[in-house]
Amino acid sequence: MSYFRAENLSLHFGGLKAVDAVSFAVERGEILSIIGPNGAGKSSIFNLISRIYRPTSGRIFFEDQDITEEPPYDIAKLGIARTFQNIELFENATVLSNLLVGRHRHSTTQLWQELLFLPSVRANEKVHRRRVEQVIEFLDLEPYRDKLISGLPYGVRKVIELARALCSEPKLILLDEPSSGLNVEETGDMSFWIRDMRSELGITVLMVEHDMSLVNRVSDRVIALNYGRVLAMGSPAEVQQHPDVVAAYLGA
Amino acid sequence: MRFLFKTDYEDDIKLFPHSGYVVSYGILLALLLVAPYALSSYLMSQLVFVCIYATVGVALLILTGFTGQASLGHAAFLAIGAYTAAYLQEYNVPFPVYFLAAGLLTGIIGAMVGFPALRLTGIYLVIATISFALIVEEILARWESVTHGNEGMRVKALSLLGVTVPRDSPTFYYLCLAVLVLTIVGTLNLLRSPTGRAFVAIRDSETAARSMGVNVALYKVKSFAISAAITGLAGVLFAHKLSFISPEMFTLQLSIEFIIVILIGGTFSLHGAVLGAIFIVMIDPFLTYLKDDMPGIIAGIAAAFGAGPATAGSIQSSVAAFASLNGLKGAIYGIIIVLFVLFEPLGLYGRWLKIKLFFQLFPLYKRATFKRQKIYVKSERNR
Repeated sequence: MSYFRAENLSLHFGGLKAVDAVSFAVERGEILSIIGPNGAGKSSIFNLISRIYRPTSGRIFFEDQDITEEPPYDIAKLGIARTFQNIELFENATVLSNLLVGRHRHSTTQLWQELLFLPSVRANEKVHRRRVEQVIEFLDLEPYRDKLISGLPYGVRKVIELARALCSEPKLILLDEPSSGLNVEETGDMSFWIRDMRSELGITVLMVEHDMSLVNRVSDRVIALNYGRVLAMGSPAEVQQHPDVVAAYLGA
Repeated sequence: MRFLFKTDYEDDIKLFPHSGYVVSYGILLALLLVAPYALSSYLMSQLVFVCIYATVGVALLILTGFTGQASLGHAAFLAIGAYTAAYLQEYNVPFPVYFLAAGLLTGIIGAMVGFPALRLTGIYLVIATISFALIVEEILARWESVTHGNEGMRVKALSLLGVTVPRDSPTFYYLCLAVLVLTIVGTLNLLRSPTGRAFVAIRDSETAARSMGVNVALYKVKSFAISAAITGLAGVLFAHKLSFISPEMFTLQLSIEFIIVILIGGTFSLHGAVLGAIFIVMIDPFLTYLKDDMPGIIAGIAAAFGAGPATAGSIQSSVAAFASLNGLKGAIYGIIIVLFVLFEPLGLYGRWLKIKLFFQLFPLYKRATFKRQKIYVKSERNR
């Protein structure tokens, strides 16, 4: 049994088949990249997994549990975190409170306890704060702790979004174009972090990416999509030489 | 300028970042405690209204400022609190019981309003809350067996532990102050714990909040319930302060006044609720003063510029006629809102922060410090 599995996943908008009977599996501790031209359905697959869209048909399994019908907020509780292609941070809050929202799935305190800020709440807050600090250290975000998101540059926001996802201590992380908008140096950092996430934090990574150098550096396996269908699956080199993939990118 | 050197995670959690805050808020509290012995009874009465309005302002800030759900129905929540108190008082229910009962009932009704609000955002939510307020107003006028309809209800002076507390006594003021302070402390506690952060997350990006495990629907309803419950508690005090309540006191105009409280005070901090409450309570006597004295003053100026007694008299009467126009107050409120939104979007508290920073950084203050820049446009919003 695979760690994470999508079976015949489809998403149709009327006649448009954004995702068409896609099946794939992710093994524990693997870094799997999804590549494909614009509109191939990569982000749609992520949105299906995090339940922003409801699949037209097909099923999703995580740790041998069918999660197709789980409500969206429970996906995070199961240990699946994600980042967004166009950065969805909490703009008018500080970096720290953004990261602390990432800890939401671990909060156990009740409303009345929070109103009184009982010692249990305080103790919990310190645990959250410590965990957040570990992520800040992991991603070198020390200079930005108390800054508002709205004043930060794009590259930093991208890292903060990754940090927020890591704060939830996920087992599986979905990265939607982690390197988009980053310069070469920042992309290099990102590739180290993605590998460290797997080796140091034991997180399984599923990512959508356009930058082939990043894909080649970090991925164990690659899936190529076009028009919602799987074209090829295998090692980065295999997929890049696959005739259908070449045709999809360069034209027949 | 003070640089905070944080050495403990506690430094990020505690309410007062440094000792300066403790000193200044301590002085403020001491002044508020001795106020009944220093201020005239008129000012004391205004101060009680400031406390009540500020409590409602804090409630509205939780909902609008921090959860991002606009409401023009808070006069209705205030009314429900006030009428619950007046009704239960007729059956000799003791004050603590009907005080809490009013909060509980309003909270439950707030949650019920929150459910339909789950599907509505922005202007549609505002319309829904207005309709709710109009429905409540109508019920208050028609349900005569409970509310006595348009005749209104008398509210007796409250009695606490067997002692009667008249509405203009210092004890009543202390009670209102205590409710305000406890509300603020409770709200601050909420804001530094997971629930408060979930509220802010919903305000800024529902999609991201959901993907981080926040049950958006549940927290929106929670926010509505908490906000309504606090407003209900303020409603009890409001009823006692006025000693008489009738449906026409809880109109849309009152809801708009509450919106003014937070818009003018500043929607990003609880300070805004208090500053806005001071503003709204003090502007009323100021407008009355203008209405009574302006015609005479303008006529006097006209006379000084050589206008004859007849011309001055006609100027005075036409200005007086203008000043007593129906709806002028609403128009002035409208102008104030527009001016603040255009020129002081961060409100009075924002202005205070700017002044403070100006002196802290003198002479290096830059006007653009508080300018919000929006460079990155979100193209794909998954609602």
